[in-house]
Amino acid sequence: MRQINKAARHTTGRLLSIRKAGTYFHLVLQAEGIAEGAKPGNFIALSVGGDQSSMLLHRVFAIYRSRQDPSHGSVIELIVARSGKGTDWLVAQSEGTLLKITGPLGTSFPLPADPVNVAIVGGGYGAAPLFDLADHLKVRGCRVDAIIGAATSSKVFAPLEGKRTVNSVTVTTDDGSAGIQGRVTDVLPEIITRQSIDLIYSCGPMAMLRAVDDIARSLSIPHQVSVEEAMACGVGICMTCVLPMMRGDEVKMVRTCIEGPVIDGEEIAWDEVAR
Amino acid sequence: MTLDFSTTIAGVRFKNPIFTASGCAASGKELSQFFPLKELGAVVTKSIMLKARSGRPTPRMAETPSGMLNSIGLQGPGIDAFIEEDLAWLQTQSCDVIVSIAGETVDEYGALARRLRGQRGIKAIEVNISCPNVANRGQVFSCDPVTARAAIEAVRINLGGEFPIIAKLSPDVTDIVAIAREVIEAGADGLALINTLLGMVINPKTLRPHLAGKTGGLSGPAIRPVAVRAIFQVRERFPSVAIVGMGGVVHGEDALELVAAGANAVSIGTASFGNPMSVIEIRDRLSTLIQDHGFTRFSDAVGVAHER
Repeated sequence: MRQINKAARHTTGRLLSIRKAGTYFHLVLQAEGIAEGAKPGNFIALSVGGDQSSMLLHRVFAIYRSRQDPSHGSVIELIVARSGKGTDWLVAQSEGTLLKITGPLGTSFPLPADPVNVAIVGGGYGAAPLFDLADHLKVRGCRVDAIIGAATSSKVFAPLEGKRTVNSVTVTTDDGSAGIQGRVTDVLPEIITRQSIDLIYSCGPMAMLRAVDDIARSLSIPHQVSVEEAMACGVGICMTCVLPMMRGDEVKMVRTCIEGPVIDGEEIAWDEVAR
Repeated sequence: MTLDFSTTIAGVRFKNPIFTASGCAASGKELSQFFPLKELGAVVTKSIMLKARSGRPTPRMAETPSGMLNSIGLQGPGIDAFIEEDLAWLQTQSCDVIVSIAGETVDEYGALARRLRGQRGIKAIEVNISCPNVANRGQVFSCDPVTARAAIEAVRINLGGEFPIIAKLSPDVTDIVAIAREVIEAGADGLALINTLLGMVINPKTLRPHLAGKTGGLSGPAIRPVAVRAIFQVRERFPSVAIVGMGGVVHGEDALELVAAGANAVSIGTASFGNPMSVIEIRDRLSTLIQDHGFTRFSDAVGVAHER
């Protein structure tokens, strides 16, 4: 069994900036000791609502980018979608707000040793951590083709600097308001063939991850998925974020905050995942 | 002025009165990433069952106003793997450990107790006879005086007096004092008050229960007044029984409330989910508050609300 991320720290950080990115919010946090150990695919947990909050549980977010900033030190960036009272509170905060932050948490995207051809497949704000991953893949000489999907154009997360990193970006939207009308899986097979894709990374809603995994399995292409499960703690103590995974011949309920969020697609017992 | 922050539960001394709550710290390994476990009065492990258990399907959790519902179903590795891996690891941490056990039958409680005899590094056994997620509600041992007594007797006989027994009770009963009396007579050395309350959330969009298991245990500050009341009532009737209090403690002030009601120690549960350092922050704040009230010994603050 995997253990909690050995780089995890708990600290009080500060909101350095917040701005809108489509329907999402781009948050930049000063988080001492956390960016140092962060790897693409890791996530952080935040307390919300202040010290007297009636919202007790952690809110967890994939790290969009992490870096050492000359003036602010350890900096973590997030892409936050409003999804309830906790995120409503978070995106209403102004610069300077102090936040309790725990991270980096969870597994990271394993990187290929060789310069292979990679497809990154992101759904909605799930695209955010994939652009950081793309940076690391490019450094290793990989070709990276991005397929970014969303329900509608305002939910497509494809920042300019991210687009510059990758070799190509294909956008799909359910309503056709941006890019190709349809799903990421409508365009993925053709891109796999055209670019001789060796490896797929995906992050987004569970239904999308499963559909991408079906394609990856049918073509025997390794596929790393980053899942988003409801978590109360993010640090491995609440047992709520479990996902049915293959462990030998058995299906086990495994904590996605410890053994995920990045998981080999082959390990997920998709038929037993709650819908 | 220095504070004697130690506490004694059923004859066993703990260096401070702040414990983890069962089911809210796994077996301690994750929290040890954030602070040394020996900083705590004790680590109370998740409730261990005889065999490995995969627990309930998801969703297992719903946040509620000042609380949450959980429906885990005592997922765990089973007692043998727990002893080999989790307990062995805890023994390397120089921390005091209370092992929590839960059975599906009276015989299972006895078997769990037998299995723990002779194990090193255990200070006490918490007997969880009140988990709302293991079976249907009718089978919660602590909701019936007869089954509550039977489970505790099975543990007492099979444990052979090796460790003190702390019986964890449910507040979802008409008269918690009556249940407390049964388990004390059956041989419990202490009481853990309170387990979660059974609750339900219905999704207003789907009009279905949000949790896959439909019902779940309510925890967090929403239940704190229930905990304070239960501890107060039991302490009033049993002035000398050891009480480990728990229920929605998030701040040092909350812990002090439970202590004043009669708790000899306070377990922190849900608060750890939103802040892994909660237990340490609460411990330090409680220490300050007790000194501010002029006490030099923690034990002098226990049950003080009964005298004022």
